[in-house]
Amino acid sequence: MEEVVVDIEHLKKSFGRNQVLRDINLKMHKGENLVVLGKSGSGKSVLIKCLVGLIDPDEGKLTVLGKNISDLNSGELNAVRKKIGFLFQSAALYDSMTVRENLEFPLRGDKKMTRVEMDALVMEELKNVGLENAIDKMPSELSGGMRKRIGLARTLILKPEIMLYDEPTTGLDPITSKEISRLILDVQKKYNTSSIIITHDVECARITANRIIIIHEGKFVAEGTFQELVKSEDKWVRSFFE
Amino acid sequence: MESAADSKKDRIEDDPEEIVDNYFMSALKSFFMEVAAISIFTARFFREAVKPPYEFRELLKQCYLIGYKSFPLVAITGFIMGLVLTIQSRPTLAQFGAESWLPAMVAVSIVREIGPVITALICAGKVGSGIGAELASMKVTEQIDAMEVSGINPVKYIIVTRVAAATLMIPALAIVSDAISLYGSYVGVNLKGDVSFHLFFSQVFAALNFKDLFPAITKTFFFGFAIGLIGCYKGYNSNKGTEGVGKAANAAVVIASLLVFIIDMVAVQLTSLFGK
Repeated sequence: MEEVVVDIEHLKKSFGRNQVLRDINLKMHKGENLVVLGKSGSGKSVLIKCLVGLIDPDEGKLTVLGKNISDLNSGELNAVRKKIGFLFQSAALYDSMTVRENLEFPLRGDKKMTRVEMDALVMEELKNVGLENAIDKMPSELSGGMRKRIGLARTLILKPEIMLYDEPTTGLDPITSKEISRLILDVQKKYNTSSIIITHDVECARITANRIIIIHEGKFVAEGTFQELVKSEDKWVRSFFE
Repeated sequence: MESAADSKKDRIEDDPEEIVDNYFMSALKSFFMEVAAISIFTARFFREAVKPPYEFRELLKQCYLIGYKSFPLVAITGFIMGLVLTIQSRPTLAQFGAESWLPAMVAVSIVREIGPVITALICAGKVGSGIGAELASMKVTEQIDAMEVSGINPVKYIIVTRVAAATLMIPALAIVSDAISLYGSYVGVNLKGDVSFHLFFSQVFAALNFKDLFPAITKTFFFGFAIGLIGCYKGYNSNKGTEGVGKAANAAVVIASLLVFIIDMVAVQLTSLFGK
């Protein structure tokens, strides 16, 4: 049995009277691509934001790489965060920086790294996403798909053990969506990362998932491989794939 | 059947005095909540500012953006301010035969009060709104969250550097503005007269002393701190969405401008108290 890298127990989160997550339980194993599929507003993004401490849960235990997130001080939390890559829905590139500076930014804390090593690492990650030529461009000069790729390169530069993808294909055309989905698969193979992919794109789920969990109104309602869920006896689950 | 709570609610809704009281209380409550939130934010700024590592490169970049980029606006405003003040003051002084006091009067007005306050107000508009809008849009596009998840403290990197840069640069801009205003005044004096550069500035420096300069420059540090802090506070705590960006920029200018006047009022009181 593979090592468990993310363990969520009885996670609950509300915003005012709106209960977004209701008793979520989840285990993710090393090297696994886990897709959380659900409608917009079903609590998918809140789930992964709780994992990196961007949102504090109301109840429950979140264990990431053996560390209980709620028990960590800010220094310890930052150390865990460096082992987690987070690709935001909007890619979240820093507008005022070039692509090169965006990629170098997460490395700024590493005082031992020389300029040459840093340049080599930046080029390596840009090659991985096929955008070496964009190195001196500003984010405003990039298309949606390119922004997502650069965002992915920036998260990969710290060689994370876990990747969290928040709607990686939202707002992209079908061809670019497929390219991003394949890139997610390449990352898993190349770096043996464990990934949680939040999406409502069934095609992305089909390409990337080892296991799919369907979330509805803050609760997991179905779990299985893509093939299993497509043939599900539950009409509502099946309707997702039609 | 109508419950006691419902009938009480109806009575309250019918009573205009009660409505005003409720409105006043809720406005007062939100005012104190805002003051408390700004105080906590200020404490967080100081806590992060003293803790290493220090972001010197970003601080220098912000000094360039706040100081150098605001220079043309401050310089033009300063020149016009000195020129206009001189032209407007001349007739009144001429009535008393005191035209020769023009350089001294303008110098004291500009250095003590008008130069620092006008510079601070211009910077509240340009720098305060710029910081507010920038941080709010960073929040909307999840850039601040991205910074946080990559293990970089956004308060230290974004807020400490901007507030420190505003605190350092606004005094520098105020000094430059004072100097250019005095030059504008020299031009104004010579529009209807013939006073040499040397004579004009001899009169200016004879009229000014340390008691004029020190409090005037000291208060500009507080102006800069208030402008930077409020811009950062409003941007960092803006509501999500593009509407929040505009609101953050607007609120940053309004509150920072108001704070400039409040700080100025306190500074004048303190100067008159300790300056005797």
